[in-house]
Amino acid sequence: MIWAIIFILGGLTYLIRLAFIVLWGRLRLPGWVQRALYFVPVAVLSAIITPELVTYDQHLALSFSNPRLLAGAIAVGVAYRTRNVFLTILVGMVAYWLLRWLLPGA
Amino acid sequence: MQKSKPWGRFWAGVRSEVPLLLGVAPFGMIYGVLALQAGLSPLQAQVMSSVVFAGSAQFMTVQLIASLTPALVIVLTGFVINLRHLLYSASIAPWVQGLSLRWKALLAYLLTDEAYAVAIVNYRQNGQRDGEHWFFLGAGLALWATWQVSTAVGILLGAVIPSSWGLDFALPLTFIALVVPGLRHRADGLTALAAGGLAVVLMGLPFKLGLVLSSLMAIGVGLWLEGRTQ
Repeated sequence: MIWAIIFILGGLTYLIRLAFIVLWGRLRLPGWVQRALYFVPVAVLSAIITPELVTYDQHLALSFSNPRLLAGAIAVGVAYRTRNVFLTILVGMVAYWLLRWLLPGA
Repeated sequence: MQKSKPWGRFWAGVRSEVPLLLGVAPFGMIYGVLALQAGLSPLQAQVMSSVVFAGSAQFMTVQLIASLTPALVIVLTGFVINLRHLLYSASIAPWVQGLSLRWKALLAYLLTDEAYAVAIVNYRQNGQRDGEHWFFLGAGLALWATWQVSTAVGILLGAVIPSSWGLDFALPLTFIALVVPGLRHRADGLTALAAGGLAVVLMGLPFKLGLVLSSLMAIGVGLWLEGRTQ
């Protein structure tokens, strides 16, 4: 059953990735869809990130005792100032470790 | 056309991908560790990394297998999570139309979040010159190789790395490093805020539908803001 899951999901994922690359000429996207595509990366990635930051131990944790939220905010600041991917991940990870060590109960 | 150009662009793609690999490698290792804990064989864990080749869907699959979810639900969930690649595919499509079907088939296989992010930035900067598909290939293959190797390392390490290290946090950090520098206009920033806020509100929806719905609504917000400023 695990093998079936792997190959069916893999096949579907490949078809999703291939769809527009192959059908581009025949399947013309309306102008507004093409403009919408500009916003795709920022929208999808933000929607993935945010729930990861505001939850801790699978609970909503919108407080300063949530190390993921604080370390994430620090990483956003580093990314905004430096535009450096490696530095963002490094500072974010170190901040996360420090905060988990410093914050009681986290 | 100079002979050295394809390789030059290939290595430029690899170099652009390298910073992202630092976020991907720990993620791949943790996937390997978790896959074994969920009951996958080492071979299954490794094959999934090359057949599915999509981090968040693989994590979800492993989690759901561990909690004995029906196979159909697992496949549907993974499909929904990976639907975002449809939008990547449409976004990258105009840039690769001059290529042969073989190239398209190969680049489609390599079209992951991280390879897309690097390739689309390059296409927007350099346009559709000859050889930019080599840049895409370099970025995609660098990511592919890192994903396979880090999965293998994770499988080998097994339970040696304790989950208390919290290495999974490198994933949201990677996405932050990708998104934030790209926020150039007011519409970008507000789209990011809308997507994040809606994703939290809709977090409870089953099958990660909240991810898809909040993304679509935030794209609507972006289009609306863009229309207003023109």
